[in-house]
Amino acid sequence: MTAVAAPQASPSVPTLSTRARWATIDTLTITRRNLIVWYRVPAYIFFSVVQPVIFVLLFRYVFGGAIPVPGTYVQFLLPGIIGQTAAFASFGTAIALAQELQKGVIDRLRSMPMARSAVLAGRLVADTVRMLVTILIIVAVGYAVGFRFTNGLVPAIAMIALATVFGLAICCIAAFTGLAIGDEESVQSFGLIWLFPLTFVSSAFVPIATMPGWLQAFANNQPVTFVIGAMRALALGHLPVQADLLKSIAWLIAIFAVFAPLSVRAYKRAA
Amino acid sequence: MAQVSPGPAILVEGLTKSFGEVRALRGIDLVVPSGMVLGVLGPNGAGKTTAVRILTTLLLPDSGRAVVEGRDVVREPAAVRRMIGLSGQSAAIQEELTGKENLELIGRLYHLTWPAARSRAAELLEGFDLVDAADRQAKTYSGGMQRRLDLAASLVGRPKVLFLDEPTTGLDPRSRLGMWEVIRALAAGGTTVLLTTQYLDEADELAGTIVVFDHGQVIAQGSAEQLKGQIGGDVLEFAVPDRGRVGDAVAAVKPLSEGEPHIDADTGMVSVGVGGRGSDALIDAVRSLDAAGVVTHGLALRRPSLDDVFLALTGHAAEEDGLPGGRRRGRRRPPAPAADTKRRAS
Repeated sequence: MTAVAAPQASPSVPTLSTRARWATIDTLTITRRNLIVWYRVPAYIFFSVVQPVIFVLLFRYVFGGAIPVPGTYVQFLLPGIIGQTAAFASFGTAIALAQELQKGVIDRLRSMPMARSAVLAGRLVADTVRMLVTILIIVAVGYAVGFRFTNGLVPAIAMIALATVFGLAICCIAAFTGLAIGDEESVQSFGLIWLFPLTFVSSAFVPIATMPGWLQAFANNQPVTFVIGAMRALALGHLPVQADLLKSIAWLIAIFAVFAPLSVRAYKRAA
Repeated sequence: MAQVSPGPAILVEGLTKSFGEVRALRGIDLVVPSGMVLGVLGPNGAGKTTAVRILTTLLLPDSGRAVVEGRDVVREPAAVRRMIGLSGQSAAIQEELTGKENLELIGRLYHLTWPAARSRAAELLEGFDLVDAADRQAKTYSGGMQRRLDLAASLVGRPKVLFLDEPTTGLDPRSRLGMWEVIRALAAGGTTVLLTTQYLDEADELAGTIVVFDHGQVIAQGSAEQLKGQIGGDVLEFAVPDRGRVGDAVAAVKPLSEGEPHIDADTGMVSVGVGGRGSDALIDAVRSLDAAGVVTHGLALRRPSLDDVFLALTGHAAEEDGLPGGRRRGRRRPPAPAADTKRRAS
């Protein structure tokens, strides 16, 4: 067998801290690459920015008048739209990873001496940046159509942070589906199948009490309702926040605990 | 990167890999000395890409051993990745990035500093004739330019061993010639190259040694000339425009044939190994075809190409149930099953 002499091997085996530094640099390089692609493709900008803005306008001015809520509808709506937007950011994650897999980009990167974690991490960091930009745009549009944070600055920031972490959790699920399915169109359809019910059958756009009983059972106990409940309480101030926030955090931890390792495994296996 | 490796650049012993029921590699052995261009030739599904994926650490073998520049691909994949470059069938470049950005970011992934990444990118753009297109998004590039950029990307880390997996598949003839020129220049610079291809002329042009893969096995190995020598003598070739008469034409020339005549069902081309009889065979063929009343086009005698070798080898392997081919030249072979006559290397 090939016995490799220690003096030869040692210079090429990096220490743990060097490896951590490289992993960070590689992640940032991949992040940069993904963000350049994002702002150069008009379709991506459309889906991440224009579509949520249209939703705001549609619900604020078309459907909103017909939906009875405590307080004004625009106050009720904005946290819901932001939650949904954060969840829908995951389409980008799943589609991009499936594309990279299909086109051989991931293979190519895996044959290079870069950190193996960087492709997945760089994708998630870039998508989080993208999501945050989208959320801020929606807040601005919300302000233009009458929404106001009424609970002070720190809770408002906490709301945006919660939305972002929630979006990142959904991106983790999407990363797994994107890598496991590996086909752009199937990934897209699959995203619609689970994300539409999950976000619409929740407290995002309508009070759950208006739904039929059997649907309420689902809507009252799914994570999007808790997250949006907590966001609403953080943004508006006059609602109880603790229960929803704790349940949200529990859900988010559970999602990360299950889907982060699954995504990493799917990435390692991806052929 | 400066360490001297005493062994060959690539060493493969008894490599096997199965995907479920499909045995993609059934025990491959290869030795590629430093600085050589090895051509791996075979039809789709022969196991070429599987072998490349194992050698580039993308896939684990089931058994056997693969060593690149003295480093085992299973036990020291990180060390192997620092020595190799891979350029694949599909351009693994990001189309929305400019040529320059693509190369610079890959330089960063090889842990070059920004200035070093920039100068390496500039150097490669220059060397690959992409300077004018450097600041354009890669999606505006022609197929040949994208493939050149892809190859340039695989050279950012100055690899000692370069794996080119079907680098010219899908390119137009002019771009292919351009790629050949680039690959020749790399080889002249001392880079060890393992090149897979479905094109026999490509292997003939570029590779010092050729191995022929079929059904996950190496069925022949040698220089292009040695492989051609295995078929022995000249090849008589002609086309039959009236497809209904191909059978008659084959029957007419069969007595001249050293082996089984090969028929390309798509083009109606018939080729027959005629050994060392040279122009006598040509005259005999004209007489018998005329006597049979078959009209032919482009009847000619030529030196055997790698096509002939490939057909002879794979046809033989199929008949002899996987025994190594090319051993029984000059003797009549049993008739090949119909499917084998259609099997081509493209």
